[in-house]
Amino acid sequence: MRRSGIFYLNLGFTLLVCAFLIVPVFLSIKAGVTENFFQGVKSGLTLRWVGEVWELYADTIYLSLLISITCLIADLLIGVPAAYVLAKKSGRTARIIEETLVLPIAIPGLAIALALIITYGGFRDFRTSWLFILVGHVLYTLPFMVRSVLAVLSSFDFKTLEEGAASLGASFWQRFFTVILPNCRSGILAGSLMVVTLSVGEFNLTWMLHTPLTKTLPVGLADSYASMRLEVASAYTLVFMVMILPLLIALQLYGQPREVGHGKPATPGSRASS
Amino acid sequence: MNQSTQSIDIRLIECAKTFSDGTRALEPLTLQIEAGETVVLLGPSGCGKTTTLRIIAGLESPDPGGQVLFGQDDVTNQPIERRNVGMVFQSYALFPNMSVEQNIAYGLTVRKMANDEKARRVAEMLDMMQITELAGRRIDQLSGGQRQRVALARAIAVRPRVLLLDEPLTALDALLRERLRVEIDQLLRELGITAVYVTHDQNEAMALGDRIVVMDKGMVAQTGTPQDIYYKPSNAFVADFIGTINRLRGTANKGMLQTAGGKLPWSGPDAGDIEVLFRPEDATIVALDAAELRGHVVASYFLGDRTKVLLDGIGEQTVVVETADRRQFAKGAEIGLIIKPDALMTLE
Repeated sequence: MRRSGIFYLNLGFTLLVCAFLIVPVFLSIKAGVTENFFQGVKSGLTLRWVGEVWELYADTIYLSLLISITCLIADLLIGVPAAYVLAKKSGRTARIIEETLVLPIAIPGLAIALALIITYGGFRDFRTSWLFILVGHVLYTLPFMVRSVLAVLSSFDFKTLEEGAASLGASFWQRFFTVILPNCRSGILAGSLMVVTLSVGEFNLTWMLHTPLTKTLPVGLADSYASMRLEVASAYTLVFMVMILPLLIALQLYGQPREVGHGKPATPGSRASS
Repeated sequence: MNQSTQSIDIRLIECAKTFSDGTRALEPLTLQIEAGETVVLLGPSGCGKTTTLRIIAGLESPDPGGQVLFGQDDVTNQPIERRNVGMVFQSYALFPNMSVEQNIAYGLTVRKMANDEKARRVAEMLDMMQITELAGRRIDQLSGGQRQRVALARAIAVRPRVLLLDEPLTALDALLRERLRVEIDQLLRELGITAVYVTHDQNEAMALGDRIVVMDKGMVAQTGTPQDIYYKPSNAFVADFIGTINRLRGTANKGMLQTAGGKLPWSGPDAGDIEVLFRPEDATIVALDAAELRGHVVASYFLGDRTKVLLDGIGEQTVVVETADRRQFAKGAEIGLIIKPDALMTLE
């Protein structure tokens, strides 16, 4: 098939935009594995800078992982039941709570951080521990978990499923674990990926909440940009990308909460009817 | 099959339901359902039939003062999971995360039944509903009719004390509905289980019910056998809701009823102005000189096995009659009718 000029024009423009976005990424990666940035690639490729990053900043990487995993656990424990209760209650109060819960999305991270510091900054041990950052992250990421689970709950008639399970003798907890949770799997997975991705990459809040002893990866990055050689900062960025890219790809793959297998019945024509 | 659980009777005593927003869904209702009986709750949407079923199931609790009894057992304060009821929903409510087999086994699993016994019971249910070949299927691979069979199998697998069916056939197409209706009827007879069946479809109600409870605006309009309901409606609502009915006004005097369309033999008491009702199938089209009533054709519809004819000049409203004659009826033609003498009904 002959393609029109318009098609090539569109293609060219798309490629141009892609290049605009992707070229800096590659240049940054290159800088991280080059012996000397100012002399360019001809000075030789090396993993020396990556090694140096590991020596200098390994603790920030561990802390980021620790915070993102605990943040995920907290979000699962709070967010999934919260979404369930919100989906079940139809009253005004439930809607107000729902709105309040998703409010942090609209508030700048800096403002949340400031509020936390003003309120809890006085508790020294708390203020200086990584748990302080964790609280910020949970506040910031919880809405994403709640929304994701709410979306999947609204895609099927979970109340009737629960009534069905109850009529068969299942107690509340049996219903929750054998019927509700398994059918929310896609939403919980999407929410979890979102939460971990956001937590690993979170900077605004964390920058305000951290202490010199509780630096996360993104805070460490900012620190290295300000005070280290460009090669080290780039190598550090490389490490960050290696961590966050698989999460982003997984999010693309599983991020859409899918309809629970509750579509229309197969039509009689498509298979032997009844 | 060996239904080990003895069937029991259900009693509702003064069960009313007011929702939290103040709507009164059900006026105080007292209803006795005999052991092994199939009772159909019939009525238009919003009449309180589903609320009644949900009160029996334990999904709603009656307003204070109401009582629900299963046999000698007062279950008013028991939640549904402790009542041992089988329930079938309009939307099937099958668990999408489980196979057909797992769905049917669910009630047995939560009762912690031993695996071999459970497998035997599930196989028995699959066989009974003739869906053995679907055992491993996922729910979204089933047609509507198949889903409802699985839902029935799941509900009776636990050998419930009573079986509750909430418009189980409404989501199916007409042909399938008819077929499953017959199957459900056979199943209920075979099980001998006390069953409460909610529907808005009078044909379903007639075919399935030992007794029908016609409901309207949160109240019982009439309770009776299908024949009672059809031939002896106790009020205008029931008369209009069930089947088609014709109305005539007239003056009764000395064994004759004088109406706008002619004179009818009348066995009831004399009265100045009374309303009588009759079903379309109780009128026969006859030659004009032999006719009791005469009217003019407004329209006629050929239905294949019979022809439906609409007449005016007889009652205040159009009178509907049906005939198996192969005649054609021209619009405006004058037609004569006789009505079976015992077919005339009056409402109190």
